[in-house]
Amino acid sequence: MKLRYLKNVATLYLAVEKCIGCGRCAEVCPHRVFRVEEKKAKIEDRDSCMECGACARNCPVNAVTVKAGVGCAQAVIVGWLTGTEPTCDCSSGEACC
Amino acid sequence: MSNEKSCCCSTDNCCSILPIALSDNNVTMYDKNDEWVTGEIYTPKGRVPVVSTKLSFKDKLGAWKVRWGIGRKNYRINPGLYAVGKPDQNSPVLVSANYKLTFDTLRKELSGLNCWILILDTKGINVWCAAGKGTFGTEELVSRIYRTGLSGIVSHRKLVLPQLGAPGVSAHEVTKQTGFAVTYGPVRAKDIKAFWDSGFQATEEMRTVKFTMWDRLVLTPVELVSAAKTSLMVFGILFLINLFAARPFGLADFIAYVGAVITGTVITPLLLPVIPGRAFAWKGWLLGLFWTLAFICQSGWFASGYLLPSIGYLLALPALSAYLAMNFTGSSTYTSFSGVIKEMKIAVPLIALSFAVGVVLLLINSIGI
Repeated sequence: MKLRYLKNVATLYLAVEKCIGCGRCAEVCPHRVFRVEEKKAKIEDRDSCMECGACARNCPVNAVTVKAGVGCAQAVIVGWLTGTEPTCDCSSGEACC
Repeated sequence: MSNEKSCCCSTDNCCSILPIALSDNNVTMYDKNDEWVTGEIYTPKGRVPVVSTKLSFKDKLGAWKVRWGIGRKNYRINPGLYAVGKPDQNSPVLVSANYKLTFDTLRKELSGLNCWILILDTKGINVWCAAGKGTFGTEELVSRIYRTGLSGIVSHRKLVLPQLGAPGVSAHEVTKQTGFAVTYGPVRAKDIKAFWDSGFQATEEMRTVKFTMWDRLVLTPVELVSAAKTSLMVFGILFLINLFAARPFGLADFIAYVGAVITGTVITPLLLPVIPGRAFAWKGWLLGLFWTLAFICQSGWFASGYLLPSIGYLLALPALSAYLAMNFTGSSTYTSFSGVIKEMKIAVPLIALSFAVGVVLLLINSIGI
């Protein structure tokens, strides 16, 4: 059974006119959100997007945008309490050496 | 190439200095006492440690310990270049992270192969988590390529990165800066041989992240240990309350509480796909409610006039399970930031309110106002 999270929340956006059909987004997506057809990428399953940001970072023409972040409640709570951006890092973040 | 994504939560963060075999002519510093290093290979840039593809008892014990949260923050190896088998200038280069659990997961899949492993300094964090933070990233990869002198060791210009490193690495940027082309390999290290045999082509299956019952099970001990640490404080407070309580907290209360914690940290993660609904807090609350109802019925509290603590527990315990289950979003492989925010905006106020009212009722009952 495929695990699915909340619907209609992902911030993923694809500017089709910029797309050159290289297929990197489809290659790196861990949830198979993209499909490339006739030299153009297409968002096929937006609700599976976990906003990891792999597609956007690897798109050579910046056609993909997504507000990448960690889907971690604990990180969000720490962010709320400390007034900082939530990061997947509940400790101080800096190694001491 | 590890398929785990665990949020990296711990307070101890200091690293000890590794005892290092210092020599002028080493590409990668390593500890001569490490039994996973089986020898050295000579390259134009210096000596590179050769690593075993078999895990020793010590490696397996180490993996077990970090799964229980023991020394997890400092389970790391030195970044740099390592060799598997007898690689030469034409052998592929696989890139990975310096979390020892990740490194072990990778090397045990490489028996019989000749290749190089380029280990990035991810501060002892697995590939996916580190990619999210950017430590498994373009900058570190580029600098590691230069620091190891990789272009003088291999004649080709290709790197194989774990697919889950992609959130941190911009493949075209790496190529622009170093001349090395990036191929993303499979999500799971166990697929590397098949990937290798098919001429570095990953199937759709290999590219898809899963979250099997086993994946979820190995992540639960850390959740449980973390909840147990907080619970010790709760027990301390209850002990103090018991000193002047009319009806002190006892074994039944202990069982009810522990049950709710296990429901949130272990049972909900394990049963994740079969519990109705999508939000983690909801799933945890639902199971927590079942647990609390079962407990109250079993102990006959409804019948025997324990109405106040029954209502108190029905408000507090499912809320506790919901909170703990919600925290498992950080360990899951499919929750988005936007989704978690949406879930929390609804769940957190409800959890806080329900828990607070429940605790007040329990205290009233116990102190006997």
